[in-house]
Amino acid sequence: MTASVAVKRQLWAILGFAAAVLLLSAVLRSDYFELVLTQVLLWAVLSLAWNILCGYSGYFSFGHAAFWGLGAYTVALGLIHLNLTPWVTIPFCAVVGGLAGALIGFPTFRLRGHYFALAMLAYPLATLYVFQWLGYQEIPLPMKREAATLYMQFANPRAYVALALGLLVVSLLISLKIENSRFGLSLFAIKQNEPAAEAAGVDTWRWKMLALMLSGALAAVAGGLYAVVLLVVTPEAVFGMLVSAQALILALFGGVGTLWGPVIGAAVLVPLAEGLNAKLGDVLPGIQGVVYGVAIIAIILCAPEGVFWRVRDRFARRPAEPDASPVPTASVPALPREPREPVGKELLALRDVGIAFGGLRALDGVDLTVPERGLYGIIGPNGAGKTTLFNVINGFLAPQRGTISFAGESIVGLRPSHVCRRGIGRTFQVVRAFPRMTVLENVIVGAFVGAADDGAARRMAAVALDRVGLSARAGALAGGLTTRELRLMELARALAPEPRLMLLDETLAGLGHDDLGGILGAIRQLRADGVTVLIIEHTMQAMVQLVDHFDVLDHGRLIASGAPESVVRNPEVIEAYLGKKWAQQVAEAAK
Amino acid sequence: MPFSLVDFLQALTAGILVGSAYALMCVGLGIIFGAMRVINFAQGDFLMLGMYAAFYLATAGGLSAFLGPSAGPIVAAFLAGPIVFALGWLLHRFIVARVTGAGVAQSEGAGAYGQILTTLGISLILQNGGLIVFGSTPTGIRTPLSRSSWEIGDVLLNQGRCVSFLVAAGLAAAVYLFLGHTHQGKGLRAAADNSQAALYMGIDVDKAHRIAWSLGVGITAVAGGLVAGSQSFQPYTGFDFVIVMYAGVVLGGLGSILGAFWGGLVIGVVQQMSTLVLPYQLQNTAIFVVFLLIIFLRPQGMFGRLSERT
Repeated sequence: MTASVAVKRQLWAILGFAAAVLLLSAVLRSDYFELVLTQVLLWAVLSLAWNILCGYSGYFSFGHAAFWGLGAYTVALGLIHLNLTPWVTIPFCAVVGGLAGALIGFPTFRLRGHYFALAMLAYPLATLYVFQWLGYQEIPLPMKREAATLYMQFANPRAYVALALGLLVVSLLISLKIENSRFGLSLFAIKQNEPAAEAAGVDTWRWKMLALMLSGALAAVAGGLYAVVLLVVTPEAVFGMLVSAQALILALFGGVGTLWGPVIGAAVLVPLAEGLNAKLGDVLPGIQGVVYGVAIIAIILCAPEGVFWRVRDRFARRPAEPDASPVPTASVPALPREPREPVGKELLALRDVGIAFGGLRALDGVDLTVPERGLYGIIGPNGAGKTTLFNVINGFLAPQRGTISFAGESIVGLRPSHVCRRGIGRTFQVVRAFPRMTVLENVIVGAFVGAADDGAARRMAAVALDRVGLSARAGALAGGLTTRELRLMELARALAPEPRLMLLDETLAGLGHDDLGGILGAIRQLRADGVTVLIIEHTMQAMVQLVDHFDVLDHGRLIASGAPESVVRNPEVIEAYLGKKWAQQVAEAAK
Repeated sequence: MPFSLVDFLQALTAGILVGSAYALMCVGLGIIFGAMRVINFAQGDFLMLGMYAAFYLATAGGLSAFLGPSAGPIVAAFLAGPIVFALGWLLHRFIVARVTGAGVAQSEGAGAYGQILTTLGISLILQNGGLIVFGSTPTGIRTPLSRSSWEIGDVLLNQGRCVSFLVAAGLAAAVYLFLGHTHQGKGLRAAADNSQAALYMGIDVDKAHRIAWSLGVGITAVAGGLVAGSQSFQPYTGFDFVIVMYAGVVLGGLGSILGAFWGGLVIGVVQQMSTLVLPYQLQNTAIFVVFLLIIFLRPQGMFGRLSERT
């Protein structure tokens, strides 16, 4: 596959980078420079670890010092109390960091945005006080002269450079692997639009937890090696704010969410701050922090999202990557569509579903049945509860009473990604795209749910794009699409895993008359392919032609249900839409 | 019970007295967080600047010599407010305004990170710049009030803290009146509620933000000046208070100035009461735990909106 060309290029780059570092280490003539080089590499690892969670998924952590510090103390205390060599404890740090990540993530991922960031800040600082209280103020690592190598205590500082380099290379390879897999694309989707990712079947919880655990493990290993290199551990130095800040500043400086960003940041800023500290540290003791502060503000003011992204947005099409060319769908064999067992009459059944927000009853005892292969429309005035109905079905909201069954099984209480897994796809009233991904990538994210492996997801995405007629735009960034193309792309994303039921929320909204045709055609084709469709729409004319059956909602209640022709003549429906007066006039005119 | 009733009452009163200074800090942060929805990491460092400003006004500025060792530091704490207010004004004008306000209202995620990182940068510069300018030796403002107490029964009331309690409560009340009853205050609240709508109603949102930011850091600086009379401090002190302030503001409820005041007071009480059962060094850990509990137990209240529109 062509994507592996880019991966191979990156692998060569990593190899070249490693060779360059070794060469640099060989020509450096002072132990001090070797120490600075080691620190550059270790901070780069921490920053890469931070980047795995925060760069890819967009969840900002101000608390990576927690992992770094736990790693450092694991090694120090293991050596002092248990006489364990760092050769054993440093790999064990990965377990400690991963476990800490799980413990932290479990409660903290309930939060988003500001609150996630603030909560993360509290962990290392709380831990800092605990370690102070335990009396671990300043822990020097005991020297083991008789078995120095066995205890990772080398006379030649180049050994530390080699160890740190090895760790960095491993981190780079892990990041590269993530970027080119379902893992990375899922995190990337979470960053750009988490509800859309969840609705498209991405198990956001699982990926976020994995990212945090992996990130914590790498940070802890780096912290462990840091303790060996510096030979002394203090709570402030390993749990302090400067550690957490450094992790994100380095990544931000080089480019958040990129493979080389953290490395570039570390290579520039660490020697700069270290050098200033060595030269001016006696006169200006805080110069290191000032440099970081100035660097961070300068970056924010000049390139707020990092240099890398700004450049990429400017050259939106990424000409270098072969992904950008339209995928030749003709050559892609359509997956054999298994004949589906009919589940009896009804596919989706809601019984007495109710939900209230404060005093507002958004849904009040709604009964709704959609048969297999039906094309059902939901209409109702603004605020009738139509979108709330979809949110309840696909798991964004949990109904406060009533039951919802799909294909004979209850789906109440499932998270949206699991509802999607059962075979319910949905689109949104306001399109929720992943704007920084290509059209194809957007659809691939949706296809993961139904695909055994990444290759299959790619094929299914290509098929889905072909079905909605968007293959020609496969390589374009979603951020630059027209409304019609966005609607079609969202349709393809929901279609890709071959759902049995599609929930379409005002798919025609905001489209001109000329654009309607293509989308209506795509919806009809869906039904012809055996997909059951439930659609919310206001465009009456189009709806009457399209659907077999209307369900009319008003103030959260189902007020009418039946064939389109009869429903549009129902006086109660006319009243809900146009008011009592109009309904009376129609009734009189009919006499 | 591992402690006596007197211990309990002593911790409670100490908590209320210490908490009043926290409450004032929280009001300062609450104005900023409420009006701008910006996480200001540098808030603790403005507090630290307030401490040093009060210190130099009282000593080198001669206020203690001129007004006496009791009144001097109080006046110095008050005067720290305008000084830090002016600095805040400049910082907002040249740096903060470029990542906040109407300009970035559209870019949700990217805007928030830019803001957080900018204040983090300011924090690093103030802390470490403070280290360069003020040195790392802990200092304190010497006032006889902090060493004398009133006795009510067996409970001791530190006079310095009592005075700071009165000052903090008075200033917080003044701020409350300003926000509720002046044109500028109302504009500020409108900008906080919905900056877009306020903009369309002819309110200069950027200016409202500038006032909120400067006022917020200024008030927190006064709180710092008050605290400086009863505890020693150094350039990194501010950070210890950041979580205290956020815990108070979040506890009180986003955007509520009154809530921020009570939240800060509660945090002070929690901190002092924790010393009854926990070792002294862990009193800040107790605050972190309370902070996390607040965030976890009321997450829906914290997200601002209840349900996202799909």
